[in-house]
Amino acid sequence: MLRLENVSAGYGSFQALFDVSLEVNGGESVAVIGPNGAGKTTLLRVISKLLPASAGTVSMEGWPLNDVPAHQVIARGIAQVPENRRLFPKLTVEENLKMGGFLAAARARYAERLEFVYSLFPRMKERRAQAAGTLSGGEQQMCAIGRALMSGPKLLLLDEPSAGLAPVVVQAIFGLIRRICAEGYTVLIVEQNIRQVLKVVDRAYLLETGRIKTSGAAATLLASDEIRKAYLGL
Amino acid sequence: MQIFDSFLLEAVINGILLGGILALLALGLNLIFGVIDVVWICYAELIMIGMYSVYYAHNVYHWPLALAFLACVLLVAALGALLHVLVIRPVLGAEPINQLLVTGGVLFFLQAVATLAFGVEFKNVGVSLPALQIAGMYISFARLIAFGVALGGMVALYLFLKRTYIGTAIRAISQDRGIMPLMGVSPNRIFVLTSAIGGALAGLAACLLVLQYDIHPAIGLSFGPITFMVCVLGGLGNMVGGFIAAFIFAQFISVGGYFLALEWGYVLAFLFFIGMMFWRPQGILGGK
Repeated sequence: MLRLENVSAGYGSFQALFDVSLEVNGGESVAVIGPNGAGKTTLLRVISKLLPASAGTVSMEGWPLNDVPAHQVIARGIAQVPENRRLFPKLTVEENLKMGGFLAAARARYAERLEFVYSLFPRMKERRAQAAGTLSGGEQQMCAIGRALMSGPKLLLLDEPSAGLAPVVVQAIFGLIRRICAEGYTVLIVEQNIRQVLKVVDRAYLLETGRIKTSGAAATLLASDEIRKAYLGL
Repeated sequence: MQIFDSFLLEAVINGILLGGILALLALGLNLIFGVIDVVWICYAELIMIGMYSVYYAHNVYHWPLALAFLACVLLVAALGALLHVLVIRPVLGAEPINQLLVTGGVLFFLQAVATLAFGVEFKNVGVSLPALQIAGMYISFARLIAFGVALGGMVALYLFLKRTYIGTAIRAISQDRGIMPLMGVSPNRIFVLTSAIGGALAGLAACLLVLQYDIHPAIGLSFGPITFMVCVLGGLGNMVGGFIAAFIFAQFISVGGYFLALEWGYVLAFLFFIGMMFWRPQGILGGK
């Protein structure tokens, strides 16, 4: 479904990604894991066209995204939950969700999708009239995921969903992500919390200093010496 | 002499009516600042162009007044969008002082163009509306209409911002510009649209002011500064604050003018403004 071929990108003279190639198939959940500063967020920014790639191709369902402006990427079926949630703090929960379904095609199915998001996150329904800035961290993450789901995406990009959350909340969020995968969504998740994320996804890529170091089935990586020694401290 | 005479009541009512138009003036400026984070120093000059457009359409080309008003609103809306595309967009990332200077430049440019094109003599659309006499008080009918239309315009804008997708996007973009593309929204288009709405509000104000004032190239100076003061007093970018501030200011001018002389009303209002700036520099409802 999503394919990156030899993608390089950076900020000014600083290059953050070198020749990254990866693939996400329909129905799959894939993680890109790696330490802080490896280029994980940059990778998602390139896919969403918020940052132009300096070389290489990103394509969605066989169509290259090279000439697609950032605001039309979502129309190709790619929705992103950005790093640190980035909710609109003064808008209500429901208004945030409404913004996620801004596209004309999504507006027609607003009621139906709102119902779906509320069934996934009943807490959001309770808090729908509340300003998003007043939610707890875990609730904000739910709202941000719900906002991305409102566009009815084929591919959901999640940027560090566990960042800044208490361990108990992290557990709950990963439980929800597992449920979203079970609903049939294709998910690409970028995460530092390697142990947790490898229990949720099917496959993973290890990104280090902007390069793909290794990849494989999540269970294999979780058991590999390379990951266990360097990242899990075992 | 009674303590609460009908002249005082008349001054209070006139103040409320003046407050309505001041609130409308402040609304467009606050919308632009709140969403785009740029101050249109030349806002009142857009209104001046709008007033001339009504004069030329109605008095020179003999269009019906309603059609001239409609044309004025559309023209100034287009000017607002044009101002954004030609002047604001290139300096969006620049220092605030540069943004102020460039719109300040547009102010002098528009004044000069108006002087060359329309001359310096005062023009009047010649529509004189009667003063209503109610219980011994004289209430300007033009002001009453202005008040009603200003209030209607504000309610319409409020509903638009609150109820529609585009309106919600306009409020959202002022909170987080960077992620709007992830929602499928082009920030660029929202900015142009917001500028057009700001322009349309200026055009609406022009239609109302043309019923009360003569038109000349420097007319913007007689309500531009006060509009900025209303915005700053309410909290720049805060539309509710601007609304409240407009009515406070108008009461100072109107009631102050009743007790002393009309000019003293303005002096009192400005003194109040200066005092408030020491006490609450962020404005009545401003944030930081």
